[in-house]
Parts: sequence; C-alpha cells; structure tokens
Amino acid sequence: MKYGLEIVVVVIIIAFAAIFLIQNAAIQADPGGDEEAWGGADGAAVDYIEEQGYEPWVNPFWEPPGGEIESLLFALQAAIGAFFIGYVFGLWRGAETTSS
Amino acid sequence: MHIMEGFLPSPWWQIWVVLSAPFVIMGFYALRRMVRENREALPLLAVAGAFVFVLSSLKLPSVTGSCSHPTGTGLGSVLFGPFIASVLALIVLVYQALFLAHGGISTLGANIFSMGIAGPVVAYAIFIAGKKVGINEIVTIFFAAACANIVTYVVTSFQLALAFPAEVGGFMASFMTFGAIFAITQIPLAIIEGLVIALVFKYIVQLKPEILIRIGVITQERAERLREGWA
Repeated sequence: MKYGLEIVVVVIIIAFAAIFLIQNAAIQADPGGDEEAWGGADGAAVDYIEEQGYEPWVNPFWEPPGGEIESLLFALQAAIGAFFIGYVFGLWRGAETTSS
Repeated sequence: MHIMEGFLPSPWWQIWVVLSAPFVIMGFYALRRMVRENREALPLLAVAGAFVFVLSSLKLPSVTGSCSHPTGTGLGSVLFGPFIASVLALIVLVYQALFLAHGGISTLGANIFSMGIAGPVVAYAIFIAGKKVGINEIVTIFFAAACANIVTYVVTSFQLALAFPAEVGGFMASFMTFGAIFAITQIPLAIIEGLVIALVFKYIVQLKPEILIRIGVITQERAERLREGWA
C-alpha cells in the first residue's frame, strides 16, 4: 500500500471536519447558548478556577493587545516551524535527486 | 495544557519547577552531546523542534464544542529521547509565555512537566516497547504521539486538581472536573496528531533512513522492510 497511510489521514480529517460542521450547526441553532462557542480549553480551566474565588497572584507582564495581534503571533509561530520543515525536507529531496 | 500565569499558588509552582529542572538540565547535556556526535542529525532535530512549533500553535475545534491544541512532542521524543524533547518543549513554552501570554513564567515548571516530560516519557516508552514486540514502527509512532498528547492533558488536570481540590469531594472531584475540560476535548486531537506525526515519520524513512539508522531509531533491516512496503 503505497499511499495507505495518506488515505487514512485524509479520511479521518474529513470525518472530523464533518463532525465539526454538524456540531457547529447544533450550537448555532441553539439561541439559549450564552456561552462562547469554540472557546479554548485553557480558558475554560481559568474560568472554572476563578469561579472558585481564586485570584492569580501574578499577571503576565505583556499580553497581546487584541485578538488580531494574538493571531498574528500564533501565525508567526506556525510560520517559523513550517519554514524549517519545508527547508529540511526540500534539502533532503534535492540532495537525493542530485546524487541519483 | 497551558496553566496561565499566576494560576498556580505556592507551593505548587515551586514544586513543579524543582521536579522539572533536573530533567531539562539533562536535556541540555543530551542535546550538546547529540550536536557534537551526530552533526548530520541536526536537520532532523530542526524538524522535530519545528513540529512542536507548528502543532502547538494550531488551536483545533473538538467534539466538546471547545478548542485545544496538539503538542507535537511525540516526534522529537521518539527520535531523540525524552530529555531532548523536554528542551524543544521549553523553547515553545517560553515563546508562548513571553509573546502570547499563553502559559506563564511562574507556571513554566508545571507546563514543562506535563508537555515536555510526562508526554515525551510515555511516547518514548511506547515506542521502545513497540520495537521490542516487533510492531510496525508507523503504528507504534501513531500510538506514541497520540498518547503523548493525552498524557500531557491528564497531567495538567492532575496538577490543577492538586492545587485546587474541590470543597466537596476534594482532589478526585476536582480531577474529574479538569479532566472533563481538558482530556475529553483532547481525544480527537490526539488521534489527528498521532496520524500527522506517523505520516511525517514515513516521509523521513523514505527520504533519509540513514539518519534514523545512525541515531538508532530503526535498524537497517527494518528501514528496508518499511520502504519495500511502500514501493
């Protein structure tokens, strides 16, 4: 099976995307849902702890000012990683093509 | 799995720093030795680190209606061992703590323990066990990476439950609450992470099996068997 693994990966990702769409439709259709849909699990833990009356004893000295800046920095993190992955695989592929 | 800045009271954050520090120091030694002895493995190390960067920046929606992210530590752990994987996790956690206010400096010890130590140790153990039993490496690496992801979040739940035991039911009740927030969200993401890392491992075996053989991840004979299977 030359591409067996690739097929499995694609099928499972499509399955998860379908589950996401179905569930999203259910969430959007529920007008009583006052909670923010698709929030982060890390944030959910923070909310739960704060509900217990806990106050963090130290705050981050810098927070991204706004959601756009935050997504910029997350995208930058992914871009740095993707650059190295592409560079190394390209290097290997090129070396293999040249030597054979 | 990020415990946010200030969300671990004394003495818990100090305890996790003390537990994590020796492991990370060992990681720096292992890294220095690896860099000196196996220079041709450096690009592979860059790929392993880059994977932690990419995967831990992606927040994916899950069946519970909330989002969480993969960890990407499974690949580095299987290739270079859990000590070096803990250094890779440290780099990402510091980036996110400083620039994104995601995680924190005071909680760095606890976050390294879950993402950089507990997850990678489990991934490494699964990979070694699978190799001994003789299961196909692609299958083992899927389980190793998926379990590294789940274990990371179970450990985070454990850490938070220790620091914030519920008034009724104590540690166990609190552990179930945090487990529901983190671990269940994580199961589908762990499956996807396991698959993606297995796929990358396949490409490394196809392109550069000699590096994997050299650092002792797979034997010559296994590499040839795997490559024949895809021919």
